[in-house]
Amino acid sequence: MKEIYLDNNATTRCYPQVVEAMMPYFSDKYGNASSMHTFGGQNRHAIDAARHQMAALIHAAYDDEIIFTSCATESNDAVLFSAAEAFPDKKHIITSAVEHPAVLEPCRLLESRGWRIDFIRVDEQGRFDLEELKSLIDEDTSLVSVMWANNETGTIFPIKEIAQIAHAHGALFHTDAVQAAGKIPIDVQKVGADFLSVSAHKFHGPKGIGALYVRRGARFVPYLVGGHQEKHRRAGTENVPYIVGIGKAAELAQKRLTDGSVQKIAALRDKLEKGIVAAIPDVKINGDVQNRVPNTTNISFGYIEGESILMYLNDFHVCASSGSACTSGSLEPSHVLRAMKVPFEFAHGSIRFSLSDENTEAEIDLVLKELPPIIERLRAISPFYKQRS
Amino acid sequence: MWDYTDKVMDHFKNPRNVGTIENADGTGQVGSLICGDALRLTIKVNKETEVIEDAKFETFGCASAIASSSMLTEMVKGKTLEEASRITNQDIADALGNLPAEKMHCSVMGMEALDAAIRSYRQGGKPVEFEQQEEKIICHCFNVSEEAIIKAVRLNHLKTVEDVTHFTKAGGACGRCKGEIQKILDKVNGAAPAEITSQKPYSEKTIVEKIKAVEKVLEEEIRPKLNRDGGSAELVDLAGSTVKIRLVGMCSGCVNAQATIKNFIEKTLQEKLDKSIIVEQA
Repeated sequence: MKEIYLDNNATTRCYPQVVEAMMPYFSDKYGNASSMHTFGGQNRHAIDAARHQMAALIHAAYDDEIIFTSCATESNDAVLFSAAEAFPDKKHIITSAVEHPAVLEPCRLLESRGWRIDFIRVDEQGRFDLEELKSLIDEDTSLVSVMWANNETGTIFPIKEIAQIAHAHGALFHTDAVQAAGKIPIDVQKVGADFLSVSAHKFHGPKGIGALYVRRGARFVPYLVGGHQEKHRRAGTENVPYIVGIGKAAELAQKRLTDGSVQKIAALRDKLEKGIVAAIPDVKINGDVQNRVPNTTNISFGYIEGESILMYLNDFHVCASSGSACTSGSLEPSHVLRAMKVPFEFAHGSIRFSLSDENTEAEIDLVLKELPPIIERLRAISPFYKQRS
Repeated sequence: MWDYTDKVMDHFKNPRNVGTIENADGTGQVGSLICGDALRLTIKVNKETEVIEDAKFETFGCASAIASSSMLTEMVKGKTLEEASRITNQDIADALGNLPAEKMHCSVMGMEALDAAIRSYRQGGKPVEFEQQEEKIICHCFNVSEEAIIKAVRLNHLKTVEDVTHFTKAGGACGRCKGEIQKILDKVNGAAPAEITSQKPYSEKTIVEKIKAVEKVLEEEIRPKLNRDGGSAELVDLAGSTVKIRLVGMCSGCVNAQATIKNFIEKTLQEKLDKSIIVEQA
């Protein structure tokens, strides 16, 4: 039986057209793009084309504002450590409390090295607190780094307003757009981003390749040194097949934004969410439902634990994720849900369904049929369900 | 994805003895909604023979928590209270064909619930919460007592703080108690505390002792201050009373490097270790 894949915020299927575009660059056109012979040197054109496709997806003004990296984690690390290196006299960085660990952990590392880091809070719907940002930003702030959309709840942040506040105080602005790319339109010029991170495997490209947008003129100190590649901003022999892959994936993602795919995904997501709320008592939708990426719903099933739900869903080949402690191995429920002050009886039982345009009505119908008995079964075992107020 | 054994999956999918015994002779409770797992165990005991005639459970938790609870009820049925009280968390894990290391705390929860249920029976059947107020709580995030950690370390031959976290959850959230846990491990495992208490004068120390002593001062007194200016210092060499230090980060090439070496690093080492110390820039 084919899996019902509802975990597209974790990773997506690499589309066959993408794989097809990549294939010639492994064993046939394997030359080094920096070489002084046509065999290798011609691969430069493939890289240039991919750079153009990537720049188009995020509306960069110039192709050379795109740097290819190994993943979005590298892109994020590069920006944060660049800010630390480039502005040694401005030791203050602002981010949000609900960032991905790929931003939170480098921030904590800088904090341990003497930087002042502020983590902006969110409200119970997961909405960013612009007022807190205004009150904390000062002349020492070198960088404001805030995600475009949250990976767990899909909540979209007011990126443009945040960028304006950052710039008004002389700080640069970075956004981790991993969960926005391919799901909603991105225009770096309109929002005024100085840096932006994306990862190919979140929009049907291959794993192991990402991109970093660096606005022309934005001060940037390379993270990986040791070569002239990417105009000395990211050393290392260009990974031609994967760069071709992210380019192709970006091109396809841009098409999906305008061909009705996004509306189809949103309709399926809404059907799933409404169906669950109608069929199962004591559930709670986490996140800002008015302002979410179209493919994500995060639902808490009160008084039971997320891993148990996932294990039962697995029997039906349904793939999803949980913010419960037991699935992370960290013993604590998701930092995002805790930042939103989701009560513990709901936080441990949270399930994230994240769709793609490959999902079908029939798949959603199956989940809506099989999920209620699973929840009922686990609640029958739970000592808390009967005692609930 | 955890590597659960078939036994774990069987007891998770087909849990035995789910529910609550009416008018139970003993009720043990452990865990809470905050912790992410909780178990309520009720037992029926033959007053004459003290044999556990029935046991039922209700569990909030992951697959391994449910499986551990189910297995526990199967294991205690037919045993006397005395026999049952000797069941350890390892016995529960073994009966399940083992649990992933990160999930051992689920089996510990079973052992604790049983402990509480037996005490509840001895106290006339009033439900007993496993955690005792008079105990010294080490991990405040998960409410884990010193006694519980010592017991887990002894029973399972735990060696590292990480092991203790896997078995008891202690230290798994904010991590502030990790130092305390290490002390308990040292105590139980008989390790000598790794302190430099040697009162030998600096000049009589061995080269290794000198290196350790200088490193300690660098780490505790010197680097934190240099770090504030984006710099740091590394120990390069030692000979007699001469200590060679390299300034790194923002300190390297700083116009005040010599002053930093003499007025700050040398002075601090002299104060903390020995007046004869001379610091040179490497």
